[in-house]
Amino acid sequence: MSDRIREKLSILADAAKYDVSCSSSGSTRKNDNKGLGDSSASGICHSYTEDGRCVSLLKILLTNHCIYDCAFCVSRKSNDIKRAAFTVDEVVNLTINFYRRNYIEGLFLSSGIFKDADFTMERLLRIVKKLRLEERFNGYIHLKTIPGASPELLSEAGLYADRMSINLEMPTERGLKLLAPDKSHDEVKKPLGFIQNTITKFKDEKKTGLIKSIPKFVPAGQSTQMVIGATPETDMEIMYSANQYYKDYKLKRVYYSGYIPISYDDRMPQIGSQPPLLRENRLYQTDWLMRFYGFEVQELLNPKNPHLDTDIDPKLSWALRNPEQFPVDINTADYRMILRIPGIGTQSALKIIQARKFGKLRSDQLKKIGIAYNRAKFFIRCADSPYQLNDPEPQHIKHLILSESNSKYLKVPQNQLSLF
Amino acid sequence: MVTYVFDGSMEGLLTAIFEYYEYKPGKIQLVWNKHYQPTMLGETHTIINDKAKGERVWNGLKKKMSADWLMKFYRAYLSEVPQTFQDLFDFARYIFDNPKGAEKNFGNPHVMAVSKMNRMVGRERHRFTAFIRFQETADGIFYAPAEPDFNVLPLIANFYKNRFADQKWIIYDIKRKYGLYYDLNTVQTISFEFIQNIDTSKKRLSNDLVSNSEELTSLLWKDYFNSINIPARKNMKLHIQYLPKRYWKYLNEKDDKN
Repeated sequence: MSDRIREKLSILADAAKYDVSCSSSGSTRKNDNKGLGDSSASGICHSYTEDGRCVSLLKILLTNHCIYDCAFCVSRKSNDIKRAAFTVDEVVNLTINFYRRNYIEGLFLSSGIFKDADFTMERLLRIVKKLRLEERFNGYIHLKTIPGASPELLSEAGLYADRMSINLEMPTERGLKLLAPDKSHDEVKKPLGFIQNTITKFKDEKKTGLIKSIPKFVPAGQSTQMVIGATPETDMEIMYSANQYYKDYKLKRVYYSGYIPISYDDRMPQIGSQPPLLRENRLYQTDWLMRFYGFEVQELLNPKNPHLDTDIDPKLSWALRNPEQFPVDINTADYRMILRIPGIGTQSALKIIQARKFGKLRSDQLKKIGIAYNRAKFFIRCADSPYQLNDPEPQHIKHLILSESNSKYLKVPQNQLSLF
Repeated sequence: MVTYVFDGSMEGLLTAIFEYYEYKPGKIQLVWNKHYQPTMLGETHTIINDKAKGERVWNGLKKKMSADWLMKFYRAYLSEVPQTFQDLFDFARYIFDNPKGAEKNFGNPHVMAVSKMNRMVGRERHRFTAFIRFQETADGIFYAPAEPDFNVLPLIANFYKNRFADQKWIIYDIKRKYGLYYDLNTVQTISFEFIQNIDTSKKRLSNDLVSNSEELTSLLWKDYFNSINIPARKNMKLHIQYLPKRYWKYLNEKDDKN
């Protein structure tokens, strides 16, 4: 008995691990029924795997049986692997038992498509309903939207899930058609749009103030994921696509998952080749600049610069391409511009704005506030900056910064350098 | 310079601040009696805790600072770091001697010191919402031993009370020899006697003390932890940065790595 559940868990956790989202933040669900669980607005990582990824949720597939044959997916129909399926009670019990011991923040439930979309979605729904209604579980639930499932099932699921997501899989339609001819981005857009509209509808009803208690509907919003490096899109294509989805569907997150070779299909990188970790990192940095630093994607990537630099991060790269914007005077510049200085993050920028009201800031104070001074010093003026006749050339600054830093990535051979 | 010796309590710290303004002795050094070593020269003044004086200082701070800065002050205090006691003393003086709003001056060294320690304690608090692992005992209480760097139990009591409203639980700080017990209604502070049948030198409860489902659940968690790792992405530096080794002994998923 215990051996079978152990085997199932290993198979269905292993199959789910390529979905990188593990966020448990953004929900407002409170334990107001003296039940089990209370979501934490900031999310909690309860552990970390040896690859450095956060373990926040029990992330499993209901089953890895699937009617599709997508080349990039480990659960594809033609792949010769062990198959398994959980019962509703098994998933519920695992979730509750793990949660009670503080192992997890909640459940991330996905599934291969068995029979058809509605049949699969209905099973997922049954699990979340049981957790919420019978077990009075208030922890975090991230539920996969199954493309093609009926609107009725989706509207019901949204009442119990904190977050829902559908993966774009490939950044562009062209890439997707190459590896999964049966799928299309339109199938993703339809349910993303439907759920987004329903979220807005619930929010508007709340605003009217006429109805006292509006139920929560997907309070932590929607997210998506695209696989990077399996198909030949440029960084520009990837980020423009992400930007479009952020705008059109108000997504909370777009995840970029460096492709880990799992097949001998010759349309994709071969088994054993390095996953593109550096590229993934640069894409996330760009994503952050768009969401928290007020950058437009066109400033960071455009037809003249369709790829992100590998040796320096995108913020530094932007600064070096736009030397006319610098140096920035720490004591007078607005918040927006201070955020754009390489070496200064959102926290330090806020502190600077507050602190300078008490007097002009000097470099020693900036260091204490916690900015990366060795990087920022080329781009700022503060109270004790020495007078300079002319500003150094961007290429020279880049050389100086690189000679002082050592990137963790340079020791690892990159994909691009492969001999084969 | 006068040396103020106090007992490491919040009341003592606040009393010291009060007495500074009573006597205005010039520059003072605040020392925790645990670390105090008498010297031949120099004047010493032992602080005797005084509730009324403490409350007056606390209310004074309340009037001069926003609520979130009062919380920062309290959190920094929970670090129990000797230098931080001095920083808090100097910070309070800076707040009292300047117009309202002075806590926003991050260019000031005392503001920065308190702000920094607040962040460190906050980080430790967050870790102990994450790295606590309960074991279910045969009588249905969920027990977790812990060894936080700072005294964060007061900061996590409500978190666990809200989260596990329908189960009894104990979190016991092995280093500071006290714990929290939730009896389905309130959280109370417990001393060592409360859990004396438990061997706190062992991280795992012995088999005769745990519930029937405990062993399998723990095993399933370890299986799960191992299954979700992606070997092609292995990055031990990052792993240890996020999950420092000193926490491993309380994490059952790292059992075989200890």
